[in-house]
Amino acid sequence: MTFQRMFKGGASVPHLKNTAGCETIKMGVPQKVVIPMLQHIGSQCEPCVKKGDTVKVGQIIGDSEKFVSAPVHSSVSGIVSDVAPMLYPGGVFVKSVEIKTDGKQEIHEDVKPPVYKDNSEFLRVIRQSGLVGLGGAGFPAHIKLAPPQHKKIDTLIVNAAECEPFITSDYREIIENSWNVISGINIIMEIMGINNVLIGIEDNKPEALKEMTNVAATSDKINVVKLKSRYPQGAEKMLIYAVTGRKVPPGKLPSDVGVIVMNVNSVSFVSEYVKTGIPLIKKRVTVDGPAVANPSNVEVLIGTSLSEVFEFCGGFKAPPKKVLMGGPMMGIAQFSLETSVVKHTNALIAFDEKAAVLPKPGACIRCGRCVFACPMNLLPLSLNNNALKENIEELNKYNVSDCIECGSCSYACPAKIHLVQSIRLGKSLVRQAASKGGN
Amino acid sequence: MDNSFVVSSSPHLRNSASTSGIMRDVIIALLPAAVAGIYFFGLKALLVIMVTILSSVISEYIARRVMKRDNTLMDYSAVVTGLLLALNLPSTIPLWIAAVGGVFAIVVVKQLFGGLGQNFMNPALAARVFLLIAYTGHMTNWVNPKGVDAVSSATPLELLKTGAAGIPSYAQLFFGNIGGCIGETSAAALILGALYLLFRGVITPEIPLTYIGTVAVFTWVFGGDSLFTGDALYHILSGGLILGAFFMATDYSTSPMTIKGRAIMGLGCGLLTSLIRLYASYPEGVSFAIILMNIAVPLIDRYTVPKSFGGEKAVA
Repeated sequence: MTFQRMFKGGASVPHLKNTAGCETIKMGVPQKVVIPMLQHIGSQCEPCVKKGDTVKVGQIIGDSEKFVSAPVHSSVSGIVSDVAPMLYPGGVFVKSVEIKTDGKQEIHEDVKPPVYKDNSEFLRVIRQSGLVGLGGAGFPAHIKLAPPQHKKIDTLIVNAAECEPFITSDYREIIENSWNVISGINIIMEIMGINNVLIGIEDNKPEALKEMTNVAATSDKINVVKLKSRYPQGAEKMLIYAVTGRKVPPGKLPSDVGVIVMNVNSVSFVSEYVKTGIPLIKKRVTVDGPAVANPSNVEVLIGTSLSEVFEFCGGFKAPPKKVLMGGPMMGIAQFSLETSVVKHTNALIAFDEKAAVLPKPGACIRCGRCVFACPMNLLPLSLNNNALKENIEELNKYNVSDCIECGSCSYACPAKIHLVQSIRLGKSLVRQAASKGGN
Repeated sequence: MDNSFVVSSSPHLRNSASTSGIMRDVIIALLPAAVAGIYFFGLKALLVIMVTILSSVISEYIARRVMKRDNTLMDYSAVVTGLLLALNLPSTIPLWIAAVGGVFAIVVVKQLFGGLGQNFMNPALAARVFLLIAYTGHMTNWVNPKGVDAVSSATPLELLKTGAAGIPSYAQLFFGNIGGCIGETSAAALILGALYLLFRGVITPEIPLTYIGTVAVFTWVFGGDSLFTGDALYHILSGGLILGAFFMATDYSTSPMTIKGRAIMGLGCGLLTSLIRLYASYPEGVSFAIILMNIAVPLIDRYTVPKSFGGEKAVA
């Protein structure tokens, strides 16, 4: 099934899927892991282990009473060597558990295939698995799967668009584990009472389209949708529009238009977890970029330091000048290689000196390229001006909060203005003002 | 090593477009019209072009120096302004007046308001209008391009307005054998350049299409002796309409940023141009129409804020 329905704007970014043919290689157990207590959108977990404790694989080491949260598990067996705030990929310090591994990888006794009878038990089980959105955002899955009663969900959308340059971790999941994807879909369909599943894949991945279409042929409720390759096709609102024609209104959620969107790796994980009971403790990470010696797809235990992952990929062939967690359009630049792989890490990209050069912003010539690039129909140049002037009223008038920070505007700007950066500032100004109850 | 990483906000990838690249494209697109102007009006036209470009570039350099700002010569925007100004001048203009035009465009209209992207009027057009008012005689001293012994003549629009004999044919209008400014003589050369700009994505078609379309409809309906008998094609091909619609009204700094806004801009320019051409004492209205609409751009932008994707959110 091909859909020509397209969002307006966006960017034709280079694909750079160098690792598409790289089968996932399993990386060994590192000497130590550092597992942050915040690996999702929502409230931070509190560690439930202390220095000196022995932990096993799959043991819960952090949890929270708060609604929007997901427990954190140990990815290794060993001894807790420290519980303290440590550098987090976002550049801040977050309470983390450091574990010296013993290499035995003993599985914790609580790890067994989950049993559930109904929807609410299923949601508890999903929460227990620690699953968060694996596409990069990290939203706790048990909340996504529990929309309010009055919102009737009729469609599950599986996001395998993977529109960011470099990243192939979704692609490899389809090539390597397509049956897991289907079985995960079936589990969710049954428990949620959904009868329509659409799997969105960009047309620059013909192998994945073919493979998924083949396995989806087993069910007439599951359809594969061929999407036009254009960034940000994998952004939630753009994807929903492409495959269903529904537009999520500003400030609303996918459930408001009757859909749930899950990343292909998340769906696959559900199937794996129901079979084995092993919680979310490892992640496929695409390691690539001009500075990386051997670009690869690596299965990494959560908590492994970035430096060890890069080392596993042959180290650097050129001095790394910029290291990203995530893709080059939305990824987060890292201060240090001592931060860890977390649940929603899907790529590690290392730029050499040339790629890391920051363009010098010039004067805005009002050419309108950012306006035409914005898939959300915003006016990035006006947002930029008003953010720099800290004009909250105008920022609201120009709908700053609807920005999804995809980066298409900055990408297109001939004056190389750091539009997304200032728009982020604008968004936080608006948030602050709203929480103060001002204006 | 850890401390040497570049840490910046996403995105970490930019495309290859640049301000200087856009300006270079505009210069390329204006070359056919400039060459046609030199071909029809002779070396004097070339001199005028060189003088306005030089005076614009030197003014830009000095103005930025005096204001203690970065040197911006390398974005080529001053060259574009100089070239556009020359194409809007008659070839008979005394060179010192052409030079004054360049200084006025850059110093007064562009740099005093903050430089590239901040000016609220098209610098070249504002300078042309300034010269027209200050040196009316020199600015309306048209010559017929035919032959070496150029004789004073009228522009096609003046001929039309006064009802004089010798109205040029459509073919003459199209290929350029007519009196007028250096750049407006050949519609063919201008359209060639305009197609290049559209092809390169430098301009979008909304402003030129609505502008020319409005003039066509208006002059057809009201331009003749009775209703619906006006000669729309004559109006399109003569005067500065094609030059104005594709190269001046589309100036980024002084045109709206949304498709809707741009359509409104074109419509407004078209109405004003037609009104001036048909009912005012002045035969040509393109310059005045565009700079009047330039002033309205902030207002247009304000009332054409688009709704967000999926938006039922009210927009003030």
